[in-house]
Amino acid sequence: MADYRKMWEDLGMDMENHDNLCQVLPTAVGDVFLSQENRPEAMDFWDLVISEVHGIRPAELIEAQKEGRKVFGTFCVYVPDEVVIAANGIVTGLCGGSQFWVPDGEKVLPKSTCPLVKASVGARLGRTCPFFRIADMYVGETTCDGKKKAYEILGEDVPMYIMDVPQMKREKDILKWKDEIAEFAKKVEEFTGNQITPEKLAESIHIINEKRKALARVYNCRKSKCLPISGRDTLLMTQISFFDDPVRCAQMCNRLADELEQRIRDGVSVVSADTKRILVTGTPLAVPNWKLHNIIETSGGAVVCEEMCTGTRYFENLVDETKTTLDEQFMALSERYMKTNCACFTPNTGRIDDILRLAKEYQVDGVIDCSLKFCCLYDTEKYAVSRALKEAGIPVLSLETDYEDADAGQLRTRIGAFIEMLS
Amino acid sequence: MGIEHFIGIDIGSTCAKTVVMDQEGRIVHRMLRPTGWSSVDTALSIREELAGMGITSDNGIVVSTGYGRAAVPFAAKNITEITCHAKGACHIHAADDLTVIDIGGQDTKLIAVSGGQVVDFVMNDKCSAGTGRFLEVMANTLAVTLEDLCELARGGGGASISSMCTVFAESEVIGLIGKGESRENIASAVIDSIVTKVASQAGRLQPAGKVCLTGGLCGFDYLRNRLGKTLRCEVEASPDGRYAGAAGAALCAMQLGLG
Ligand code: SF4
Ligand code: SF4
Repeated sequence: MADYRKMWEDLGMDMENHDNLCQVLPTAVGDVFLSQENRPEAMDFWDLVISEVHGIRPAELIEAQKEGRKVFGTFCVYVPDEVVIAANGIVTGLCGGSQFWVPDGEKVLPKSTCPLVKASVGARLGRTCPFFRIADMYVGETTCDGKKKAYEILGEDVPMYIMDVPQMKREKDILKWKDEIAEFAKKVEEFTGNQITPEKLAESIHIINEKRKALARVYNCRKSKCLPISGRDTLLMTQISFFDDPVRCAQMCNRLADELEQRIRDGVSVVSADTKRILVTGTPLAVPNWKLHNIIETSGGAVVCEEMCTGTRYFENLVDETKTTLDEQFMALSERYMKTNCACFTPNTGRIDDILRLAKEYQVDGVIDCSLKFCCLYDTEKYAVSRALKEAGIPVLSLETDYEDADAGQLRTRIGAFIEMLS
Repeated sequence: MGIEHFIGIDIGSTCAKTVVMDQEGRIVHRMLRPTGWSSVDTALSIREELAGMGITSDNGIVVSTGYGRAAVPFAAKNITEITCHAKGACHIHAADDLTVIDIGGQDTKLIAVSGGQVVDFVMNDKCSAGTGRFLEVMANTLAVTLEDLCELARGGGGASISSMCTVFAESEVIGLIGKGESRENIASAVIDSIVTKVASQAGRLQPAGKVCLTGGLCGFDYLRNRLGKTLRCEVEASPDGRYAGAAGAALCAMQLGLG
């Protein structure tokens, strides 16, 4: 492993505490990923990236910054990467998925904040994540209340720009989001010093569409009854795609998809035929949150799809590439992004439709609807989700959890019982 | 010698229950012991006790369940307590459509069973509200046994505890004692509180068939009656109710053993 200490020191990180984090990660990766049998060879890329998650990519970002490029950190799949890339900027996801960061978040946030928000704030304020140090500007959005208020706190520590996400999906909301995107583009131009032209935007729209298609190709392989990849491995791929260079990400995903398609032709599956196929839905699973997948996949189930922002919500729907003026392109972007069905919107029946459709497409035996503790939005939506699934005759288990391990035993019992129930 | 004993071991948070069934599915032995500190040690001493009765791995097959189910090294398989309780309750109550309410030491589960299969279940969260632990803590605060608590409650009424949380409820009970509220009234409030909590969980299930109470509290008639009043149905119990999980595990062992 390369030595990144100097880089971390230069980033002003809390070295002592960060060492603690570096110590636990390899064990977690070993337990969750490397212990699996018959993994696709193309996972070697993600194994490498995750084993040096605070080294490889941060070093690349710092190199890019030396060339004058700006790094934008984002927290939501509503923020359009295309705009940043068109101005030669770089986007990196900034969501905290570890309990490690929660205590630092709790120093400034109420306990009753969702762990994703607490961990994200903690990672910044505790100075224990290089990505949070590297980002030149954070881009927040008005989705849930927890995030809105957390951005105010983060904004005291780092340049922060907020996009005003609509709460409904009427025609005028789509127009409004288009205006928000246009305004964001101005901000990005100003911050990077680079002009966004229709040509550049068309190019970046294409780049991100290609990335979406590549992710979709991998997901497509999971629809096969002969399951060529585990849920854990796919989740890792998706999580890392928020941090990676989009062109390389597409290449790696396509390389993986090639192998998976071959596996399906050869009848190579990673699980036995009696393994229960599970769709998970709910709040995002930020890296390194692998708890749910790990329990499901060591209890007789396999996760075959995630209806999550770290899942289908990230790559479904493409942006129309035929537009040639900025105005039309912003509209095309708005139309695509507004198709994402997040519980922050009302009504959000589109999400129910998505879940029912995905359950069919991925030939699932059951659905696990899991939200992070204190996420009132997704928690409340469980009622409608489970009612719709029950009506459709699809078994569903609703769960709530956080980043702690304390409830692992309970979760194992519930998930185990649910999978036994499907047999 | 063939397999003739089917053993279910249910390692709960407070008690370990063991059931031995014969080939006809009759319960021929029941054993109960505190779980103690180490589930593994408990499991090993159960094995010794079984060996003393001539039941070994040569002539018996073991399925473990309960929260310590993974700690039974000699089990052929471990199966969750939800599945086992459902199976066991069907067996004990000779019914295929049931709603099982199991108030355990650490968690409370409600299981809807249809045609002998689990169709839905709910479990309480991490906290001990609505569990046997809640009753135990309250009994301790009142310095009585669990049995006495239930008996005292019969003669009480009028007082109430508003908090579901064990820690807060305990302070409320101490407050009531301080106010000079009678022990009967406090006991009644305690039982009411747990019944309300369980009933609210039941609201999340579609109760089907007859309702039965299993687990360590199934012998407390007063609790059962109050539960029935609140749920507006009759709640049945059997003396074997606390062995429901172990019996279900034994039935699973039988399925395994007989292929
Ligand atoms: S769940 Fe909603 S708020 Fe969170 S990342 Fe997804 S779209 Fe954004
Ligand atoms: S999980 Fe829920 S509460 Fe947490 S950031 Fe997402 S929408 Fe907000």
